[in-house]
Amino acid sequence: MNVNDTVNEIKTHQNGHTTANSLMPSMHEEVFREPLILGNPSLHDITEKIASIPTLTPNLKFLLTLFVFASMAGWGLFCMGYTIMTGIGVWGLNNPVGWGWDITNFVFWIGIGHAGTLISAILFLFRQKWRTAINRSAEAMTLFAVLCALIFPLLHTGRPWVAFYWLTPYPNQMQMWVNFRSPLVWDVFAVSTYGTVSLLFWYIGLVPDLATMRNYVKSKLAAKLYTTFSLGWTGSMRHWHTYEVAYMILAGISTPLVLSVHTVVSMDFATSVLPGWHTTIFPPYFVAGAIFSGFAMVMTLLIIAREVVDLKSFITLKHLDNMNKIILATGMMVGYAYAMEFFIAWYSGNPYENSVFINRATGDYAWAYWTMVSCNVISPQIYWFKKMRRNIPVMFVMSIFVNIGMWFERFTIISTSLHHDYLPASWGYYSPTWVEISIFTGTIGIFFTLFLIFAKYVPMIAIAEVKSVLPGSQPKHHDNH
Amino acid sequence: MSTKPIAVLGNYKDPDLLITAASRIRESGYKDFDIFTPYPVHGLDKAMGVKRTILPYISFGGGIFGLANAIFLIWWTGADHYKLNIGGKPLFAFQFSIPVMFELTILLTAISTFLGLWFLCGLPKWYSPLQNDKGFMSAVDNTFVVGIMATDQRFSLEATKKLMTELGADDVRLVQE
Repeated sequence: MNVNDTVNEIKTHQNGHTTANSLMPSMHEEVFREPLILGNPSLHDITEKIASIPTLTPNLKFLLTLFVFASMAGWGLFCMGYTIMTGIGVWGLNNPVGWGWDITNFVFWIGIGHAGTLISAILFLFRQKWRTAINRSAEAMTLFAVLCALIFPLLHTGRPWVAFYWLTPYPNQMQMWVNFRSPLVWDVFAVSTYGTVSLLFWYIGLVPDLATMRNYVKSKLAAKLYTTFSLGWTGSMRHWHTYEVAYMILAGISTPLVLSVHTVVSMDFATSVLPGWHTTIFPPYFVAGAIFSGFAMVMTLLIIAREVVDLKSFITLKHLDNMNKIILATGMMVGYAYAMEFFIAWYSGNPYENSVFINRATGDYAWAYWTMVSCNVISPQIYWFKKMRRNIPVMFVMSIFVNIGMWFERFTIISTSLHHDYLPASWGYYSPTWVEISIFTGTIGIFFTLFLIFAKYVPMIAIAEVKSVLPGSQPKHHDNH
Repeated sequence: MSTKPIAVLGNYKDPDLLITAASRIRESGYKDFDIFTPYPVHGLDKAMGVKRTILPYISFGGGIFGLANAIFLIWWTGADHYKLNIGGKPLFAFQFSIPVMFELTILLTAISTFLGLWFLCGLPKWYSPLQNDKGFMSAVDNTFVVGIMATDQRFSLEATKKLMTELGADDVRLVQE
């Protein structure tokens, strides 16, 4: 029983008390796995650390960052107003390229959101305890990304003030309804469901933490707000029982939902007859790409957040390492999809398919294509090395690369397929105007502004969930193992 | 200020002790008691004898309602109320309805789960008589607070306090209105 003795010893050393039975699987986990939270904090330390963030006066670094992003957002909002007042003629869209940066940005932002749901729902179902430190911020990211995404199709309609009855089955005077045979309508349902479910899931997770905040903050107004939104949560175990079931159900339905959302987005393209769009690989390809880009964005945000808000003991290198592994895996899936698209284009023997793909890699937009390939397929390969997966500057640069690469993937799919189709006489080229560029940077501004406000005033780490995975926080002998 | 007793509270720090205490309280015949914890403690609901929640049925009902609505909406708007022939495609078919059917099922499941959760918990309720107790709020921070309510049939100030102390609770105290 040598091994067990050793286990016992380490266990004693770590937790300060001896346990007789060393054969339980949970103990092996505790002994041999890297701790999820560094510094062995007590329950109160965790409350103190997270709940104190909103009570501190914002520092100059925070205000300056907020100012920069809010300015970007402001300028973007101005350009949106300009577009609405003037019409989308101020964009660079033309015939044949009727979808440009607007739809690219829409797909980009929707994709970003997917990592949040993956972390909060799918990793929950897989019992990945490490998700507890990052799920709250990833879910918030999802919400803000969906919000940014919604702006684009709305503006793209040209007359957003009547878009309500174009997009939703709203009983109007003409007694006309939306066309449910159109994937664009499916998209409206998919994205709005996604936004709503993400919001509910996020809020349910927040309630116990808001209750903790309620008792912590000093300011009267803040206390009132946290009290209101915490709904009078007391931490009753009878409530927790229902709560955990609700959490499980939401995780269970969010999982197929998140897969369906990008599937439906990809159908906007795949159900058309355009070479380059009309392929069955699109749904899985888009979903993998969405998770890939989303994780890159979570990475960007968390690397900044753990520096600025000092959360290094919660968001550890282990968390970042795990996410980098997912980036590597999904990056390879995306790479496989790029290769398979080419293969099928050749294998189909269809000259139009062939020419579209050759044009993608060698034509007018080849620069975009190769940016995409180098950012998405080649650069993540450094994550085969553990040293690189745990190197902060490397992963920060990498996360930006992947963001850029995934933006270009959408741009490549949309623009290269449109600018050359069947008739050479109607070939064209598209480049964005300053208005389109400003609106995109505006959404980046909106996204980061909202995220900064969130990080400051809402518990950014799921306090209750982190406490529940703390070593020694759960009873040692119960039958739920 | 009247002095009507509301509950006897006791604190715990150790989850194992808590589980034992919970099952002992239940075995002593108490029904109206609760444990307030900063995070869900695995197995505690079982030890307390909490009945399985009916929430999944509410969620399922919501899902079915969403699905039925989706089918009706698509069929009625497209194939009954305003028939619009687009490229000779069928006015209604399940094939093209599946995405919207799926999304509305999920949407209504989520909304009913959300509402059902708060309904079953009796929330929002911004006042709890227990909040008169200073230590009660530490339940959302770092303490397990066991409370045996005065409304319980077996409640008697002395015996309940004694039981709680025997079960290893710290700071056993009475909360009054």
